[in-house]
Amino acid sequence: MAAPFPPPPGPRFVLRGTQSPVNTLHFCPASQALGNPLLFSGSQSGLVHIWSLQTRRTVAALNGHKGQGVTWLKTLPQGHQLLSQGRDLRLCLWDLAEGRNTIMDTVQLDSVGFCKSSVLARGQLCWMLAVPGKGSDEVQILEMPSKTSVCTLKPEADAKPGMPMCLGLWQTNSSPRPLLLAGYEDGSVTLWDILERKVCSRIACHEEPVMGLDFDSQKAKGVSGSAGKVLAVWSLDGQQSLQVYKTHELTNPGIAEVTIRPDHKILATAGWDHRIRVFHWRTMKPLAVLAFHSASVYCVAFATDGLLAAGSKDQRISIWSLYPCS
Amino acid sequence: MDPALSAVRLTVQEAIHTLSSSEDVGHILSTLGTLKRYLGGTEDPALPEKEEFTTIHFSAILRCLVSKLSPGWLELSPDGQLEQLWESFFLDGPPDQAFLVLMEAIESTAGPSFRLMKMARLLEIFLSKGRVAALMEEQCRPQTKPSFPLFQETLLSKVVGLPDRLGNSLQQDNLTQFLPQNYFPLLGQEVVEVLKAVVNFLQGGLDCSVSFVSRVLGKVCIQGRKKEILGVLVPQLTVLTQDSCLWQRVCWRLVEQVPDRAVEAVLTGLVEAAPRPEVLSRLLGNLVVKNKKAQFVMTRKLLFLQYQHTTPMLQSLLGYLAVDSQRRPLLIQVLKELLETWGNSSAVRHAPLEQQCYISKAILVCLAHLGEPELQDIQDELLASMMAGVKCRLDSSLPPVRRLGMIVAEVISSRIHPEGPPLKFQYEDDEMSREMLALATPGPAGACSSETGGPSLASVVTETPVETPEKTVDSDVPSVQPQGSDSELDSDDEFIPYDMSGDKELKSSKEPRYIRDCLEALTTSEDMERWEAALNVLEGLVYRSPEATREVSVELAKVLLHLEEKTCMAEFEQLRQRALVAVTVTDPEQVAKYLTTQFYGLNYSLRQRMDILDVLVLAAQALSRPRSLQRLSQHGPPGSGTLCAPALASSQPGNAATPDWQVVVEERIKSKTRRFSKGCPRRELTGGPNEFNSVAGYFFFPLLQHFDRPLVTFDLLGDDQLVLGRLAHTLASLMYLAVNTTVAVPMGKALLEFVWALRFHVDTYVRRGLLSAVSSVLLSVPTERLLGDLPDELLEARSWLADVAEKDVDEDCRELAMRALLLLERLRDKLLSISSP
Repeated sequence: MAAPFPPPPGPRFVLRGTQSPVNTLHFCPASQALGNPLLFSGSQSGLVHIWSLQTRRTVAALNGHKGQGVTWLKTLPQGHQLLSQGRDLRLCLWDLAEGRNTIMDTVQLDSVGFCKSSVLARGQLCWMLAVPGKGSDEVQILEMPSKTSVCTLKPEADAKPGMPMCLGLWQTNSSPRPLLLAGYEDGSVTLWDILERKVCSRIACHEEPVMGLDFDSQKAKGVSGSAGKVLAVWSLDGQQSLQVYKTHELTNPGIAEVTIRPDHKILATAGWDHRIRVFHWRTMKPLAVLAFHSASVYCVAFATDGLLAAGSKDQRISIWSLYPCS
Repeated sequence: MDPALSAVRLTVQEAIHTLSSSEDVGHILSTLGTLKRYLGGTEDPALPEKEEFTTIHFSAILRCLVSKLSPGWLELSPDGQLEQLWESFFLDGPPDQAFLVLMEAIESTAGPSFRLMKMARLLEIFLSKGRVAALMEEQCRPQTKPSFPLFQETLLSKVVGLPDRLGNSLQQDNLTQFLPQNYFPLLGQEVVEVLKAVVNFLQGGLDCSVSFVSRVLGKVCIQGRKKEILGVLVPQLTVLTQDSCLWQRVCWRLVEQVPDRAVEAVLTGLVEAAPRPEVLSRLLGNLVVKNKKAQFVMTRKLLFLQYQHTTPMLQSLLGYLAVDSQRRPLLIQVLKELLETWGNSSAVRHAPLEQQCYISKAILVCLAHLGEPELQDIQDELLASMMAGVKCRLDSSLPPVRRLGMIVAEVISSRIHPEGPPLKFQYEDDEMSREMLALATPGPAGACSSETGGPSLASVVTETPVETPEKTVDSDVPSVQPQGSDSELDSDDEFIPYDMSGDKELKSSKEPRYIRDCLEALTTSEDMERWEAALNVLEGLVYRSPEATREVSVELAKVLLHLEEKTCMAEFEQLRQRALVAVTVTDPEQVAKYLTTQFYGLNYSLRQRMDILDVLVLAAQALSRPRSLQRLSQHGPPGSGTLCAPALASSQPGNAATPDWQVVVEERIKSKTRRFSKGCPRRELTGGPNEFNSVAGYFFFPLLQHFDRPLVTFDLLGDDQLVLGRLAHTLASLMYLAVNTTVAVPMGKALLEFVWALRFHVDTYVRRGLLSAVSSVLLSVPTERLLGDLPDELLEARSWLADVAEKDVDEDCRELAMRALLLLERLRDKLLSISSP
């Protein structure tokens, strides 16, 4: 009668106190934390909380979005700078060095959608930013920190993919050409070549809007989750064309975010069904279903040391430690 | 008198004299040589002299030779010449006389002695040289001289009774050849030899009779040795009769000549041994048409009066009837009679299940053999019998009987109306039903059996398709393997999946939090999701808030009892039942009162009444169980439904998180530690009051009150015997669960009265319930009270039980009665052991 598999573990600890649904999470890279690992969380009330993972308390709360929800957080590689995207149509750049928390710069956005932006570092002080554009189906590419608009990626007139829902900037090690993966409202994933401003490849892998995607540039494979029941894994071949590699049927529909662990071994999904699902990245074998939250899970994030954090509508952030990084 | 014949007599007298008196080897040898001439093939003495010798004097000579047998006498000639000559008289002379003298000598010689063993060895040689065949062959020849019926009779009884007689004489020293399991196959082989000779004679134009062989066969079969002899005979005859009409006629004759009283034994044996209907047809011919006795055996006795035979035997028997056009009317007749029996309600009630199964199989086999036009002719009769049969079978309370009815009805209706819409019942597919349906398909069975080319050919045909899939599988393996090895390329040992059984569809969170909300949702809610959620959480809510439940317990029970499945919900029945049980456990007195009165209420379906009974038993079980166990089983989250969780918890009381090393260390410490008291350290069981004690009466007595008062809608003693059976089983369970309660004694008394009133009920299921009720009375009521308060009832029950154990048609009933009797015995033993010291 004993089950052949061990029962799923509980969270390592839980962070409470955002007093608002947690929209997005981001681990501070280990290189910047210097022995005091930090976690950033963006909540629907517009605050960005900085958590110390040692004391499990908030270090600071950044209020820069006028009470409008924070949808995306990302640290910049040059250190102690945090980007936050809010529903107040602003993208703020925070200076966190030496205990400061001041806004250094802001970028005005034009889109009122939920699309999260994406960043690609292109040099020590120079980085590229992809944000949803002015037109409802456009993506705008900015050169930072100069804020010059490089280009606007607009689908062909007859494609009608709807709004962009999630973005992923990346470039291969071999070539300096930046590429953009964008998931659209009609369920398709598109690969853009930014310099040529053209679509390299496009696959319709979901029936419902794509809610989150992540890409593994080593294996040239990516994964996307949608509002529907299917998790799709697609691969990129030498001719820069996308192909559906595998799909995985979920028990309940709705994936808010998909994240691959930095060591490319496992991936986690944030489910609208209150559950976090963990898969083996290469085989897509389901490994665990973590049922802890009592409302939709909005975001999942991995630290470089393998720690998993999930934020939920139930205002809690759960921290898990599964399958330690080797 | 012919001088030559008198010369023979003279020679014989002289020889006997010489043998009995002379000690001179040469003289004896020459005398024997002279006599031997009369037997041998040499044409020295004339034929009449030989005949005179063999018919009249041979026995006397043999007897004389037997009487001389002793070690000293045989050693007169050291080179064994005398012994050889002595033996040759028995082995070369007329076999019947030699056999009779040998048997007579063996039987008359007492005790273990040289002579006895010598004779036995000689008989062994006699058998191994095929002299029995010669003996029987002799009896088959046209008899020139008037034969004595008595002589043949003696011969017959000695041939057939040889193993018994030898066993009697030789006792411990019996030779293996004379054991029945060796002798009768040999006899079978000898019969084949005789028949071969007979066929040769017939081909040579000589007249022959096989009646002696038939009588041997009949007698052996009556003695119950049909398997041994026919096991040898039938396969050989199968081959021999295949191409030869003459052989077939000899076989038919052989069976026809079997005496009447042996017909049944021989035919049963043949039907059992014949592998296929065609073979049976070749062996028997049209015997059933010609011989009344054979017809009776084949069409009535084997089908209606016996039911121990195997299905292949049924198939060859009915197939035999179907093969020939002359016999087909018999098959139709048989089918009609079978169906008549099948449709007879009294037969359904009183015949054992095995017999009903046997008859159903026979019907299906008949149907498979009969063609469309033949069935059309008797369509009406078939339909009438079928309808009657299906009706009384579906009424039965035993599932196998119901299933038999469904299967047979389906097959019959599909055969009668092949083009009409098929009749289709819902029944569980089990081994029996598959076997039955396989019987009903005529196609492959007939095709296979018509291929009489030989079993080897058939097996080759069947083997080839078996081999091909194996090959394809083999060829598949390499293509599969790379894929498998790819996924195993680098080990995934570190990624062991966790248990994902909890990953279920998410329901919208509308579940009620309070009992009264649940009640409202179940009664008035139009929102089906809420209704389902309410039913899902109800059991857990009831256990969590007993106080709130008690306020509305009866109302809740009423709602649940009348609850209908509005949506297609998985596990609706279980959820409802579990909730009802929970309510009953929480407030046993009120709810049990309510449920037991509703059991005899007016407007309930049988289903609801049976639900009431089930709930009462389950609740009683929960109440009578110690509280600690009960809690444990309730603790599992109501939504998860995983029963393994409490089991795990109970098996590993520490908890699941205990690391492996800790377990290992504890094991080591345990193995190194010596303890003075042995036995595993067990947890102290906490005692508590049996909660069933105070309320058992509310569960039990109201159920007994009205069973004999029929309502318009509910008649326990009439048509609703299924519920009566359930009631009996329920009462038995309640009685059993009431062990160690104060109310057990009056309960036992009332239950025995109930049993007594119904003890001759016709329905098997009811009887089973009553028998288990008696057993639980014996188990639950304390011994001294049982004997003090209920001695008369026990005596009556005992005689009834003994009667059931011996005579009941149902095997389970007999077994249950036996168990109850054993319990009574144990009771008596206990009493004796109390009173003796």
